[in-house]
Amino acid sequence: MRTTTRAVSVALLAPLLLAACSDAGGGEEEAAAGGGAAESGACEPAGEPVTLTYTSWIPGIEDVVAIWNEANPDIQVEVQTGPNGNGGTYANFFNQLEAGNPPDLGQIEFDALPNFRVQDGLENLAVCEDVAAAGDQFIDWTWSQVGLGEEGAAYAIPQDTGPMAMFYRADLFEQAGIEIPTTWEEYAAAAEQVREAGGYITNFSTGDINQFAGFVWQADGSWFNNNGEAWEVSLTSDASMQVADYWQDLIDRDLVSSLPGWTTEWDNAYNTGQAWTWISAVWGANSIASGAPDTAGQWRVAPAPQWEGVDGGGNWGGSTTAVFKGTENLYEASQFALWLNTSEEALNALIEAANLYPATKEGIELPALSEGVEFYGGQEIYEVFREAGAKVSPDFVWGPTMTQVYNDVSDGFSAAVSGQGTLGEALEAGQESTIAALEAQSIPVAE
Amino acid sequence: MSTPAAHLPGTGDARVATAPGETTPPSARAAARTRDRRAGTPASGPRESILSRTGAMLVMGVFTLYFLTPIWWLLVASTKSRGDLTGTNALWFADVQLGQNLAAVFDYQGGVLVKWLGNSIAYAGGGALLATLLAGMCGYAIAKYRFPGRELLFNVVLGGVLVPATALALPLFLIFSEINATNTFWSVFLPSIVSPFGVYLTRIFAAASVPDELLEAARLDGSGEVRTFFTVSVRLMFPALVTVFLFQFVAIWNNFFLPLIMLRDSELFPVTLGLYNWNSVVNQVPELRLYVLVGALVSIVPLILLFLLLQRFWRTGLGTGAIK
Repeated sequence: MRTTTRAVSVALLAPLLLAACSDAGGGEEEAAAGGGAAESGACEPAGEPVTLTYTSWIPGIEDVVAIWNEANPDIQVEVQTGPNGNGGTYANFFNQLEAGNPPDLGQIEFDALPNFRVQDGLENLAVCEDVAAAGDQFIDWTWSQVGLGEEGAAYAIPQDTGPMAMFYRADLFEQAGIEIPTTWEEYAAAAEQVREAGGYITNFSTGDINQFAGFVWQADGSWFNNNGEAWEVSLTSDASMQVADYWQDLIDRDLVSSLPGWTTEWDNAYNTGQAWTWISAVWGANSIASGAPDTAGQWRVAPAPQWEGVDGGGNWGGSTTAVFKGTENLYEASQFALWLNTSEEALNALIEAANLYPATKEGIELPALSEGVEFYGGQEIYEVFREAGAKVSPDFVWGPTMTQVYNDVSDGFSAAVSGQGTLGEALEAGQESTIAALEAQSIPVAE
Repeated sequence: MSTPAAHLPGTGDARVATAPGETTPPSARAAARTRDRRAGTPASGPRESILSRTGAMLVMGVFTLYFLTPIWWLLVASTKSRGDLTGTNALWFADVQLGQNLAAVFDYQGGVLVKWLGNSIAYAGGGALLATLLAGMCGYAIAKYRFPGRELLFNVVLGGVLVPATALALPLFLIFSEINATNTFWSVFLPSIVSPFGVYLTRIFAAASVPDELLEAARLDGSGEVRTFFTVSVRLMFPALVTVFLFQFVAIWNNFFLPLIMLRDSELFPVTLGLYNWNSVVNQVPELRLYVLVGALVSIVPLILLFLLLQRFWRTGLGTGAIK
């Protein structure tokens, strides 16, 4: 199903991308010339009641928006829904932009923002004073990512984040007398001991390239950069290759399993104690609780292992609320987006409805995120994620063709796991295919 | 997730059982199919060698297993608790709690699943009914009236069979956008009432099963063309119409891509799209993993019922229609 969706969305996007090529090229030049903001509407209140449409796939978002609608009779927000972004909603957004009827607001993950920006689909919210002034409230890296490298720009309001830490089976580690690793070197050593004890230290999922990107992020690497005129692609940077070589070594020595992620076998590996750790995002706490219910009370969370000389944090996932080009109510839309992602009542409701982990500095201090979690033996796990989140570098940049990058690298990783080539070679191939993909869309690439 | 119902045993084994070498029109082939299926009782049908019989049974058995295993798995999985889902044998029952699961899934989000099932029935039932009527009239007209451009028209319609519905979804979205009709009931319903394959089938069937003499007799008796169509021809074409209805119903029920592109309001979703949405956020709401399975099981029940109910018409009808 997953591949089908991908194939479909790719097939769907292809003609649009071709059609949008000329626009994209033009948009880039304009943006570089500083004319990008001039064409978008000014941020003025409409002075009359308005109704906005907002597309999001967060379960239970209707209840959160109902709080706003209650308090703001003149700015009513209508919720539209759909599958998650790569499951079809992004493709829908592009179709709607093409047809000229996008919603006013939409949920977009951080890694997809550049794609929408390159196709000139987003309003710059920084023209609204309140938004520009709100920058300090957000965790640094999130604000940097919604700016997309443009000075004084904000193409979306950060919503949630996925700082990464290490989930581990405290009981198994204790029984086997293995120390909880704090560096990647110790992690590899522990992996050997775990293997001797009959388990695998973790599962390397070849489908979750954004998890791998989180590892690279943590190693202070980045896969892209936009210097204002062209995109630099650096899938094969030193940090990236270091991470790839590290995991390749574990795979070669059969110290990690390589089950496909999010499948029943994968759940089963965690549920039966075959997999001992998982380095994952804060929302992974639910995935384990859901996939491995028999292990309740045995898991704990510790900071992810570190590279020597780097005290970094990784991030996996996270969304924003963006305003689409063509809205007639930029001011109202930005007001709603700010409320949704910064106000205490909205954040509390989002945490309750869908376990979102906020993107504001105050949001992650909310009481709901300071409580102990029963599944984790009552540990205050969010404490660990808070610390991890504070270390996430603001210098990581997503490229404009992440779907293609994920697909290509994932193909290479799958081959590597089954013994053909290495993770490093997969990144090299991904580097080439990414540059080709950018050039095919007339997106300038720096040599 | 959206297709298992399309592989019900009724459609699968029939194809395998069809005797080779028969390339007569679909009506006759369908009749042969029925005959073959009845061949379960040893007395009827031509005698076959034991070898070919065993071979056929073997192939049929393998296919039946192939088609039924996923449904069996779905049934078993729907009776389990979330913990047993991963922890116990996938093809056998653990602690059966189907009732509890059903109650939970129908209660989730204010019972939205019922709404989705109702939508699916409205899209598929209404759409298939109208499509059958339109296709029946069109096929009948092409078969029974001589007019200039008749073959051209038919060939154009036939060309429509070759264009996959998926390829039309995006153009349809752009067209509906022009008239601000996306995200409405009609944006999914209207494209569903067209069935080029239905036109093809009814034309062939009308040509074979509606005698010209009968129509002339009706005309002599003073019956108008429309009246003749509804009172005489429809009855003669009934088996073909049931077939078209069934095909179109299943096609609309399983058409996932068009609603995905057109609809944003969860109140309008058909059940396939709704379940897909749930499935795409299982990471955030763990209990949805089970709900998707139970919902999928519930969603194939109407299709199975429809097949069982219409099968009767289909058999006897096709039989009587094809024997001149």
